[in-house]
Amino acid sequence: MDLITAPHLSAPDDFYEALIDAHRDLTVEQSHALNARLVLLLANHVGDQGVLVQALAAARKINEETAPRVTA
Amino acid sequence: MPAEVDFQRLTFEYVRSRDQSVAPPARHPVVVVGAGPVGLALAIDLAQREVPVVLLDNDNTLSTGSRAICFAKRTLEIFDRLGCGEAMVAKGVSWNTGRVFFRDAQIYSFDLLAEGGHERPAFINLQQYYVEGYLAQRALQLPLIDLRWKSKVVGVAPHADHAVLTVETPDGRYELIADHVVACDGSRSTVRELIGQQSKGRVFRDRFLIADVKMKDLDRPAERWFWFDPSFHPNQSVLLHMQPDGVWRIDFQLGWDADPEVEKRPENIIPRVKALLGEDAQFDLEWASVYTFACQRMERFRHGRVLFAGDAAHGVSPFGARGANSGVQDADNLAWKLALVLRGAAPDALLDTYASEREFAADENILNSTRATDFITPKSEISRLFRDAVLDLARDHPFARTLVNSGRLSVPATLHGSALNTADTAPFEGRMVPGAAAADAPVTRADGRDGWLLHELGDGFTALVFGDDASLQGAAFAGVPLKVLHVQACGHAAGAGHVIDRDGVIAERYDLLPGSVVLLRPDQHVCARWRKPSAEAVRHAMQRALALH
Repeated sequence: MDLITAPHLSAPDDFYEALIDAHRDLTVEQSHALNARLVLLLANHVGDQGVLVQALAAARKINEETAPRVTA
Repeated sequence: MPAEVDFQRLTFEYVRSRDQSVAPPARHPVVVVGAGPVGLALAIDLAQREVPVVLLDNDNTLSTGSRAICFAKRTLEIFDRLGCGEAMVAKGVSWNTGRVFFRDAQIYSFDLLAEGGHERPAFINLQQYYVEGYLAQRALQLPLIDLRWKSKVVGVAPHADHAVLTVETPDGRYELIADHVVACDGSRSTVRELIGQQSKGRVFRDRFLIADVKMKDLDRPAERWFWFDPSFHPNQSVLLHMQPDGVWRIDFQLGWDADPEVEKRPENIIPRVKALLGEDAQFDLEWASVYTFACQRMERFRHGRVLFAGDAAHGVSPFGARGANSGVQDADNLAWKLALVLRGAAPDALLDTYASEREFAADENILNSTRATDFITPKSEISRLFRDAVLDLARDHPFARTLVNSGRLSVPATLHGSALNTADTAPFEGRMVPGAAAADAPVTRADGRDGWLLHELGDGFTALVFGDDASLQGAAFAGVPLKVLHVQACGHAAGAGHVIDRDGVIAERYDLLPGSVVLLRPDQHVCARWRKPSAEAVRHAMQRALALH
């Protein structure tokens, strides 16, 4: 199974508004916590480890392209 | 009932050995260094296989303090084979329920007894001094074990076909020649240091306090309780575990900055315990220790005639009970191989497979242990964020509980890819793949009594044959005995060499059809399985499992 990166959302504008709305009135810290829970909930929904690894790589790719790597 | 031995106060007498006054030095087939759980288990196993063993210990007492307290089902099955499992289970606290708390609320509980049809429980809790005590009692029954207390190894000179050990005793030093040396002398192994080897890996910058407290009122169930970030010990984890004799193990995470000398003082421990148990709790502090840990191993567990087992070879964090359990499994893997090599029934290469199989198992333990440690003690802000998100979700969402990792509790490694395995030639279902430790199951024995499958297995190889197929009867291959155990479906009459699969559990766990054969090694690991093998195929698989090709 491959990660779906073609348009797949049933209502893109509605989703985006709901996503931003979910963070309304939260501190940055609370927002981070919400995002973390959201990632976990969605990951479980996807389920397939291969797809999740592809999603992690796709998300990470933007960092690799735009920011210098942090070295410890 | 006879009074119980106080293993914590027991001392063993140093006896001068004849070897101390002979020249040239006496030669022995096996010298085991270290009479802890691993060394004792190995010595017993070898003696039961008719190999004489010299077992050296630098001390003359058993474990100081409770130390390893969780002994897993597989380890108990090995102790059964060594003749002391029953005493351990009778004394130990069997537990199945674990509860996980985040801050001050329980987020979920789990039951380890998900599957019936096993003689032994998933775990018992038992102080290490009891485990060593029962093993030592068993060892003392075996005349082939020469147990020498107050005998510290201070020199190791490895040679191509032996090693020379220098042993220090109250009567001075003497030399011993060993065909094979097995170092079971713990995480700070002297033997390892003496041959210039190291155990390498990841050291965790954290400290933990163990407090064993004897409670005056025993009004608590035998359960494992684990807290993440409780208000009585903020930002850290706490583990509570029951041991026999009304003793509770409490494990407090302290952080790297804690001063171990200060934390060890009773006046500092008691308030921590009271914060957990309540101001009014009545208890005595039995033992305390502050520890750090590393997940590490030696690159190779075999260096010619010097082999390493247990903590000497590999170290893990305590989360998951993988230290002592994996060490006993090392001994289980090594004993039959050493015995067959010494008898000339298998080549020296069989000992190389001890190293490769147990290095593989150590990697699995280290991986599990490292993952648990990273969950319990997150190393970055983002790691902590996800950890807390998992815990927050776990309260309401079962999926998140699968991510909570307070230690994935020890199960034996399945030795996938071992050179001793014969690959399947037909499809099979289930977990009993080549390399797996044999699963137990209830049986009716030939004498009509109820029993357990693992007790019916041979000391050498065993072929489980489903049905009446007589073609393997009475076989012995490559000079090594093979016990043929016919497994009959329920409803058949059992004859000699037969057991009845009383509840159909064997057929299910091993995926057996009439004519199916599963070949088990002397350490009860599956090494081959077939639907309808020829005697030739079984002989080949045994040769492979003896490293004869």
